Amino acid sequence: MQSPAQENPNYNYRVVRQFALTTVLWGIVGMSVGVWIAAQLAWPELNFGISWLSYGRLRPLHTNAVIFAFGGSALFATSYHVVQRTCQARLISDRLAAFTFWGWQAVIVAAVITLPLGYTSSKEYAELEWPIDILITLVWVAFAVVFFGTIVKRKTKHIYVANWFFGAYILTVALLHIVNSAEIPVTMWKSYSVYAGVQDAMVQWWYGHNAVGFFLTAGFLGMMYYYIPKQAERPIYSYRLSVVHFWALIFTYMWAGPHHLHYTALPDWVQSLGMVFSLILLAPSWGGMINGVMTLSGAWHKLRTDPILKFLITALSFYGMSTFEGPMMAIKTVNALSHYTDWTIGHVHAGALGWVAFISIGSLYYLIPRLYGLTQMHSVALITVHFWVATLGVVLYISAMWIAGVTQGLMWRAVNVDGTLTYSFVESVKATYPYYAVRVVGGVLFLSGMFIMAYNVWKTVAGKQPIDARIPQMAPVAATA
Amino acid sequence: MEILYLLIPLSVALVFVVGAAFWWATRSGQFDDLEGPAHRILMDDERPSQKITSIEETR
Repeated sequence: MQSPAQENPNYNYRVVRQFALTTVLWGIVGMSVGVWIAAQLAWPELNFGISWLSYGRLRPLHTNAVIFAFGGSALFATSYHVVQRTCQARLISDRLAAFTFWGWQAVIVAAVITLPLGYTSSKEYAELEWPIDILITLVWVAFAVVFFGTIVKRKTKHIYVANWFFGAYILTVALLHIVNSAEIPVTMWKSYSVYAGVQDAMVQWWYGHNAVGFFLTAGFLGMMYYYIPKQAERPIYSYRLSVVHFWALIFTYMWAGPHHLHYTALPDWVQSLGMVFSLILLAPSWGGMINGVMTLSGAWHKLRTDPILKFLITALSFYGMSTFEGPMMAIKTVNALSHYTDWTIGHVHAGALGWVAFISIGSLYYLIPRLYGLTQMHSVALITVHFWVATLGVVLYISAMWIAGVTQGLMWRAVNVDGTLTYSFVESVKATYPYYAVRVVGGVLFLSGMFIMAYNVWKTVAGKQPIDARIPQMAPVAATA
Repeated sequence: MEILYLLIPLSVALVFVVGAAFWWATRSGQFDDLEGPAHRILMDDERPSQKITSIEETR
């Protein structure tokens, strides 16, 4: 029998705190770069003629920073918190957990340095070069060991549904990263993919879309299934449905990727396969969305006064919107209009800002005070301000991109009676200009919200003693079992 | 499209892995109670610990 005297009686909140606070920092960094490149699209001279600051180099920095630095840190923080609380067990290894923190920060810093310098594998959302890819793999394996090890040593019989989502996210991202980043190094900072041509494109979007599905969806659904019930102080509307949601999503996800390659050299039947699987995904996605929102059934009044719930429930509304819009855009005839236009950018940001950022921000507002033995943030009013500023920002962003995208699509396909194109490309660029300016305003608003959050977090934690919560003592019967 | 000879078997293998996980979950009683777990996370004792520096103090 394990000696309780050896075991730390508290949860490991240290690594949760580290990741939670860096989430806010990287959110500001990643979104600042986003606002900057959005401004460059409207006013190209903002690159000041410096190659390091050119759009082509800063855009991957923006995507890596917001997805992997901001989103990744949020996922580390919440998965480590949720797995410990729901398993009533401390992480199996403090040192491995600390390694995932410092290793992940090293990956981010390496990205911040190499991407502006122009070191890139040129694979979208997997631009980092091979030495960094190896570090990512090591950190990820450590993450998997810590997470699943903690599940194995759990003191509860049941594995809460959020952990299934986090677990699927960890395993799938490992597989995606390894297959897609298979590359042959040429020099220290240059490698070539082992796949070529359309094969490479297929692997790229198999990776790319499944990263959306497992990094940006499954992981954040894990957050949703824990923090919404906690903040609402109500059980999830239907636990049964949450289990169905998980297995349905996991069984059907893998083949949505080809919808990124409609009307390309990819065989037609593979494109159609991608379209069909994308449409199927609407069902589990909406099931999950409805399940989360209905948790408030009978307690809707809480939405009026609780800005954290506002964040969490609005996140689900955007999740519902994006998971409806996505399958629609995957239909070939719709895609013929939307592909390569800013509609896609609008769609991505409805998901990234509206779903991923909102659910993370809401979860962090719940989580951060509790890591310091407090029950709420320094200022609830500032959370409300953050909510409205951010919501206004997202709405401006996505509606500007919808209009810009549809305008572009219609202008590109317009033909005269003699079959010649009605508009030159640059005319569509000119038509887009006002919407690019509106997009910058939306981005600035969203970023200002992050600064409000940073101030609020600072006031909450500065000078406070970090406090690790106690692991509840088990019933004596279970202890001897 | 030789790449499909990698990606399709990979997906099929994955479906079997997921199926095995589902089978294990069912057999080990993960789905026996689909009400209680939702309530149990709310009954979690959230009180922060007193600052515990030494294990001995708690004994």
